Amino acid sequence: MAKEIKLLGTWASPFSHRIELALKLKGLQFHYLEEDLSNKSQLLLQSNPVHRKIPVLIHNGNPISESLVIMEYIDETWQHQNPLLPKDPYARAVARFWAKFIDEKVLWTAFKAYNDKGKEQEDAIEEFSQQLKFLEGELKGKEYFGGERFGFVDIAAFFILQFLTVLQEVKEAELMTEEKYPVLFEWMEKLQGNEVVAGCLPPREKHVAYVRARRAAAEEAASKTKAA
Amino acid sequence: IKEPIISLLSLTLPTESLYIRISRPCFLSPNRKLKISSFYSVFFHFFSQHFSALAMASNNGDVKLIGAWASPYVMRPRIALNVKSVEYEFLQEQFGSKSELLLKSNPVHKKIPVLLHNGKPICESSIIVEYIDEVWSSGPSILPSDPYDRAVARFWAAYLDEKWFPNVRAAPMAATEEAKNAAVEQLKEGLALLEGAYGEKDFFGGEKIGFIDIAFGSMLAWLRALQVMLGGVKLLDEEKTPGLCKWAAKFSADPAVKDVLPETEKIIEFAKLLVAKIKAAAASS
Repeated sequence: MAKEIKLLGTWASPFSHRIELALKLKGLQFHYLEEDLSNKSQLLLQSNPVHRKIPVLIHNGNPISESLVIMEYIDETWQHQNPLLPKDPYARAVARFWAKFIDEKVLWTAFKAYNDKGKEQEDAIEEFSQQLKFLEGELKGKEYFGGERFGFVDIAAFFILQFLTVLQEVKEAELMTEEKYPVLFEWMEKLQGNEVVAGCLPPREKHVAYVRARRAAAEEAASKTKAA
Repeated sequence: IKEPIISLLSLTLPTESLYIRISRPCFLSPNRKLKISSFYSVFFHFFSQHFSALAMASNNGDVKLIGAWASPYVMRPRIALNVKSVEYEFLQEQFGSKSELLLKSNPVHKKIPVLLHNGKPICESSIIVEYIDEVWSSGPSILPSDPYDRAVARFWAAYLDEKWFPNVRAAPMAATEEAKNAAVEQLKEGLALLEGAYGEKDFFGGEKIGFIDIAFGSMLAWLRALQVMLGGVKLLDEEKTPGLCKWAAKFSADPAVKDVLPETEKIIEFAKLLVAKIKAAAASS
């Protein structure tokens, strides 16, 4: 039975963690395969020929790619345990909206806010701040984005924001602070305190060291192309 | 136990609602054990479902769509609403400005389309289409029923939005010949992938249009316009993408689509205005 579900992922990827958590919340046994992104496996290349990215879920030999698509698939296939999305169509549309917002806007704006320089960075910082305010607004007055229980948006958002705190530590920046975003930080602490959720996070120091090394490599590569 | 219930009720109910009722996963599915004693609960359940279907048909609620005729993203919910035969008020934005209603309804992105259903806003075209499919579930389904097929449909819609559509915008706006050719190459690669995903049936959705058809087909008018604007470049190619050429003709002729997809010439005219506007804005900033 364990071989029926395979997850191709990487220990540092927030997208990969989402799927781990979704599978665990559904009480599912699965076989986790750690990918080396500098040397992608045949299985990954065959399973996701279009993007060649993780995470990829393989269920009964059928591959599914794109983390939010995978999450919906998991929710629809194993409907009865711990539903991730609400039942009401309007609430579902709202949940999908915020998950998409986090993936398409927040993450990329955050990268620019932390990594860019000059005017581009200033604009990104402004935009990132606005995005975090929107998220706080959505969360205010609720236990979780999903209401009483955490769900789709919480899973999507948590690992991304957690990853951004790691990036923030590496860059020694203070764009996301408890003072500025108390509601978001309280929510993050709640989830960090949840055993199943915390079990899907990589060890903090290892993660910080990894992101630091990657940023250094990226900056070195960038300065080399400038010099060339 | 199925037969007597259906024949009894067919005496009293109009055939169409009976069809709608049976086509949904229902109480009478073979996986459910039906005891004789539950006959009456089935009877009443059947009746209440019929009445709720009738209620839905006559009362879709207040349905408005904020959009613009030329926007492919707006075409998606328009086609979806047509598939479901849902009447709606089309509130068109003025080119170059954003209405108060739009800004209030979509404060995060300030973009069209926005569906307003009984005053509640739903944003993002693919999300709106899924919402339409879920709310008006008695109409023809847009997403397939099998979870894996649904995942495949969502995958392609995401691919189109994230990887493919940006090149449709990039190609006519490209500053250099090189950039333009790169965008065109990306478009052709994407079309080759879609050709591969297109099966034996008329549409990506099978016998009738579905989620992928709507996601991709909403770009058809722009794709055709682009071919002309780029001096006759063949993106939909009879030799390389014969399936997509056949699909494009069928899709454009579909009753849910034909009044929504603008004529190529109108898009070309509009594109010229849009490109001029963007270039003017870039020059003045």
